[in-house]
Amino acid sequence: MLEIRWHSRAGQGAVTGAKGLADVVANTGKYVQAFAFYGSAKRGAAMTAYNRVDDQPILNHEKFMRPDYVLVIDPGLTYTADITANEKEDTKYIITTHLSKEELVKSQPKLEGKEVYVVDCMQISLDTIGRAIPNTPMLGALMKVSGMFELDYFKDAMKKVLSKFPQKIIDANMAAIERAYNEVH
Amino acid sequence: MAKKYELNEVEVWDGNMAAAHALRQAEVDILAAYPITPSTPIVQNYSKFLADGYVDGEFIMVESEHSAMSGCVAASAAGVRAATATSSQGFALMVEVLYQASGMRLPIVLTVVNRALAAPLNVNGDHSDMYLGRDAGWINLCSYNPQEAYDLTLMAFKIGEDLNVRLPVMVHQDGFICSHTAQNVRPLQDEEAREFIGEYKPVNSMLDVANPVTHGVQTEEDWHFEHKARQHNDLMNSFGTIKDVFAEFKDRTGREYDLVYTYKMDDADVAIFALGTTVESARIAADQMREKGVKAGVISLRVLRPFPFKEIQEALSNVKAVAAMDRSAPGGTFGALFNEISAALLTAGKRPVVLNYIYGLGGRDTTITMLKEVYEDLDKCAKAGEPVVPLQQFLGLRGPKLSFY
Repeated sequence: MLEIRWHSRAGQGAVTGAKGLADVVANTGKYVQAFAFYGSAKRGAAMTAYNRVDDQPILNHEKFMRPDYVLVIDPGLTYTADITANEKEDTKYIITTHLSKEELVKSQPKLEGKEVYVVDCMQISLDTIGRAIPNTPMLGALMKVSGMFELDYFKDAMKKVLSKFPQKIIDANMAAIERAYNEVH
Repeated sequence: MAKKYELNEVEVWDGNMAAAHALRQAEVDILAAYPITPSTPIVQNYSKFLADGYVDGEFIMVESEHSAMSGCVAASAAGVRAATATSSQGFALMVEVLYQASGMRLPIVLTVVNRALAAPLNVNGDHSDMYLGRDAGWINLCSYNPQEAYDLTLMAFKIGEDLNVRLPVMVHQDGFICSHTAQNVRPLQDEEAREFIGEYKPVNSMLDVANPVTHGVQTEEDWHFEHKARQHNDLMNSFGTIKDVFAEFKDRTGREYDLVYTYKMDDADVAIFALGTTVESARIAADQMREKGVKAGVISLRVLRPFPFKEIQEALSNVKAVAAMDRSAPGGTFGALFNEISAALLTAGKRPVVLNYIYGLGGRDTTITMLKEVYEDLDKCAKAGEPVVPLQQFLGLRGPKLSFY
């Protein structure tokens, strides 16, 4: 079982990202789960979304999770949300930031000694999609770090997921995925 | 003519999307609704299907849930297929009309996304609304995941509309944990679903002007009792139709449903008896307990009403201790599952230990660790042959432990 926790602000697309990932993974014959914690939170409030991926049907409905990957798609949440909650020894962090990895860890000491990857999903989504929707670039970064799917396979699968959108938006998302895939480190 | 919706062999749907597609495929004539969290997306998705040309029926926006169910009653009495969706406070407001629907023998389908009842206000999942409506004379089907929410919604039409039944049917799914959790769902294609459910067969239709009828009449002490007795009789006798529909569905899809759901109960010494998504989580806990040598099983109701009394007696005939898990505040007594299971066991001459756990209220997370604690309690009682923990405990409550008896 692979488990992923997203840290996002309501409106940044973590739920859409988690569902998009689930769609792609389900097409490969695996079983998936995508869910989020809801309250009466409005746009901009800190929230978490989750994925589970397995070769067997997923029976676990607990919200509690010890994630294999933590994806932070809003830069501020590295400091204000409990992004290391319930971590495992080998939990991997992919964090949206304009800082270098060294600067980031220095600014948030609880990431010291952990497997941290950085990518500027905000800038990438602004440059490619024209709006601060950092979810699809984060998926590109996740593909690179996890090796879950080859870039071309993932892009083709995401094109299907996004097929109801105009071609311009699909192209912009593909550019965002590719740039994040290449830039995450 | 509605457009055919292109569906993949495997879709990734949450419980709400699954229920919305089932309503679309059932070709409902009238859907009257007043959306409420967490069932809002059922109605929202359905209205989008309609706007996009995938639905031939009418969608009536009303001003309250009381009116939503009243609209369904009117449509059904007029002689067409009617359905709606609701949760929590909306369900509570519908209650008066739920009794009208069953008393008038109208096969309406209500998809219920289970949510806590205020106060305090809470949008998350528990079974307070399910329990509120359990004596309303409806057939109640229970799902544990989005696939089942889809399957059971399709089957609800076929069961309720059967000429031997003609009763309304509710399909329950857990708020958020099922309704907003996307998982793999294998849908039927539109034509397969249509063929399975079949054409709507009007009975005593008000719009059949050649054969005038009256619905919802007044009966005092002369006939009221006979009407209610017949309604109860037909509800009790609906097991046959429910089983037939489950069997036909299995022939078409390979997916098997039974009145009572069991997991590893054949040799189980201890069992968790729960409803909703907890049933599946409990399977994981049961497997982990078995690795430690505790013969653990899981049992649930697929059909809450009519209550499968005999099947429960059989399924629990060899257990030494069973935990009745009630996800609803019991309001000054034991939980309803505890009472109903205890009655089934006592009348079968069985005396295993029966414990009652109140859990998960207002969406409180039910973890595998908590479920294993329940099995540990049961194991101790099974070994002692008597209750060695309190009969009623609150599971996952913050602060000091709360228990009774």
